[in-house]
Amino acid sequence: MKPKISVGYASCGIAAGASEVDKALRDAVSTTSMDVEVRRVGCVGMCHNEPIVEVHMEEGVYVYGDVSPDDAESIVRSHLGEGVPLEEKLIVSPEKDYDYFSSQKKIVLRNSGVIDPENIQEYIDSGGYDALKKVLDEMSPQDVIDEIKDSNLRGRGGAGFPTGLKWQFAADANADKKYIICNADEGDPGAFMDRSILEGDPHAILEGMIIGAYAIGADEAYIYCRAEYPLALKRLNIGIEQAKERSFLGEDILGTDFSFDIHIKEGAGAFVCGEETALMHSIEGGRGMPRPRPPFPAQKGLFDKPTNINNVETWANVPWIIRNGADRYSEIGTERSGGTKVFALAGKIKRGGLVEVPIGTPLREIIYDIGGGIDQDLEFKAVQLGGPSGGCLPAEYLDTPVDYETLTEAGAIMGSGGMIVMDECDCMVNVAQYFLDFTQKESCGKCTFCRVGTKRMLEILDRFTEGEGSQEDIEKLRSLAKYIKSYSLCGLGQTAPNPVLTTLRYFYDEYIQHIEHGHCTATVCRPLIIFQITDECVGCTRCASECPADAISGDPKSKHVIDQGTCVKCGACVEVCPVDAVEVE
Amino acid sequence: MQVSESKIMEEILSEYHPEKSSLIPVLQAIQKQFGYLPREAMEAIAEYLEIPLSTVYGVSTFYAQFRLEPLGDHLIKVCHGTACHVRGADKINEVLENELGIKSGETTPDGTFTLERVACLGCCSLAPVIMVDDTAHGNLSREKVKKVLAGYRGDPR
Ligand SMILES: Cc1cc2nc3c(=O)[nH]c(=O)nc-3n(C[C@H](O)[C@H](O)[C@H](O)COP(=O)(O)O)c2cc1C
Ligand code: FES
Repeated sequence: MKPKISVGYASCGIAAGASEVDKALRDAVSTTSMDVEVRRVGCVGMCHNEPIVEVHMEEGVYVYGDVSPDDAESIVRSHLGEGVPLEEKLIVSPEKDYDYFSSQKKIVLRNSGVIDPENIQEYIDSGGYDALKKVLDEMSPQDVIDEIKDSNLRGRGGAGFPTGLKWQFAADANADKKYIICNADEGDPGAFMDRSILEGDPHAILEGMIIGAYAIGADEAYIYCRAEYPLALKRLNIGIEQAKERSFLGEDILGTDFSFDIHIKEGAGAFVCGEETALMHSIEGGRGMPRPRPPFPAQKGLFDKPTNINNVETWANVPWIIRNGADRYSEIGTERSGGTKVFALAGKIKRGGLVEVPIGTPLREIIYDIGGGIDQDLEFKAVQLGGPSGGCLPAEYLDTPVDYETLTEAGAIMGSGGMIVMDECDCMVNVAQYFLDFTQKESCGKCTFCRVGTKRMLEILDRFTEGEGSQEDIEKLRSLAKYIKSYSLCGLGQTAPNPVLTTLRYFYDEYIQHIEHGHCTATVCRPLIIFQITDECVGCTRCASECPADAISGDPKSKHVIDQGTCVKCGACVEVCPVDAVEVE
Repeated sequence: MQVSESKIMEEILSEYHPEKSSLIPVLQAIQKQFGYLPREAMEAIAEYLEIPLSTVYGVSTFYAQFRLEPLGDHLIKVCHGTACHVRGADKINEVLENELGIKSGETTPDGTFTLERVACLGCCSLAPVIMVDDTAHGNLSREKVKKVLAGYRGDPR
């Protein structure tokens, strides 16, 4: 076997320096006579170890993390040239497992980080487009829908609606034209599951959509992808071209009379456009504002035609289900929800990245066994699920299985899979304020409850973070939340109060501390904290020169003082002090 | 708008069907070309797509992506997504504002940098993250962000 080197070449890898590493590898290989192939693959999921390089040898796979261009050169020279692996950067080898992967179950991410996403042949060699062939050869559209129903697959875009049932509605609609949409808007700020799938395995999404189109009788589709994902857009375009060349897409697919085309629409930066009706308005060229449902898209969707919209991850599951059978899929997960879910694990976590686990896996397993626990071994405080529509769960909920119903009962939601871990240094009032600030800005302004209601809630939270407000304000928050949830037009408003409600429910004391004692234990809310220099100060002057507000004075070698009136509480002094002489209260 | 510019405008427009669903892609193409949406361009779009100018304006102000003002040579996007927020995005923003002497949303007087807030660049494991032009920089600290900035100073695109 010819040795192969793969470089993790997704946005996260590139941000960590994968291009330089890729170049160093190619340069090093070109100076030797070795016959080695250097490939660019998608995200392997271990974003905390980027840039990542894999070496595939006869005896197995070696994975290196935190690779610098110099390391890359050593890997070629020493590992490939002399057979001596570079121990200090080695994460996985044929003799060495990594528990980051052992509890995971990869279905959606089966190819991500394994194949070259810009080369359709590699997708085909891994069994790609077999599902499409099977569908066209042996299955009727209704067979396909039944298979998806039996798999117990539920929508991964947030709400968890059963996918097979949704397809049935669209298939049953009578019309001369139907559309398929892939929702790749990924609006949750702090989530990157869909990006990694789009960048790592675009053909899985395309194949899923082609199968879906066959099942419901659509001949045209749109992928609505956020503009912040240039690499995803590029790889989708390449994928569509390559699929057309092989007749998986276009006129008379694989010699049948089934024709189907996919267009790409770039989003323009509006969170609400992730909502399906707003998304369709945006494709039609208008302001992305939602409309009431019914009529549901399955009856009246894009350009008023029956439309089936699913999320990126939902689509990427489809080829696997068709190829391996609904039974094998529904065996994984829980009784009410089959398969796996991809989570984007980030925040105060040791090993952040992409994690794919069976639905029903307890939070603790994801955060501790896979994620390695809290960064710097601080105390776990909360985990935020579902982004601006979700909530913060405290430590008592760590043994909660992640499935749609359990999380909803706890006040959070499964959401699209963003999972942000927070520690003792995070203030829950600040987090609630952060999310409300987000939803309030992103509210499209169409309905009053969402537009004005979120604004009023935010004003109250702003006051809390300044140590003002009263018990009465908490009641006001609760009542506003109730009305906004009940009367908003779309999911944005209906779920916007969730981050506030869950923090009130689980971290009530923290609110009281802010309001009644003007105290922020996590020392986040600036109006409530002060910085002071203690007698430990050695007079090194670093804090004074770092201070952006010129609030620190003192002679060299003598104790410095912070002028409280000028201090902007940015914390720069704490970070530069070599002797930890700056105290925050 | 100069003659050459209106020629480019025409060329861009001719690539799209004159129908309303072309509006957002056309705006995106124009902004890619000019860095922002000049008023003359919006007028030309309205005429070409046969829709009121108010609709063009309404759509371009609805979406965060569109800019009605010219951009600096380098666009710095500071991520304020959840992961970056809990890992100190505000601090990074503050350093950039201080270093550049402008607020988010503004362009330096010499036209070198524009500073912008965005929600999640999809590299959350490397939080806090900024993107300068098309390059993401992650795992930032006060020191590191100053270094990144220095790398772009005196380097017009
Ligand atoms: C405010 C808001 C934002 C949303 N953002 C997204 C998104 O970014 N991606 C997504 O797939 N679904 C998003 N959704 C859900 C979609 O409306 C829709 O339910 C989903 O795309 C259906 O696909 P699924 O059944 O495969 O989950 C959002 C919903 C709301 C209310
Ligand atoms: S939160 Fe900043 S990159 Fe996602």
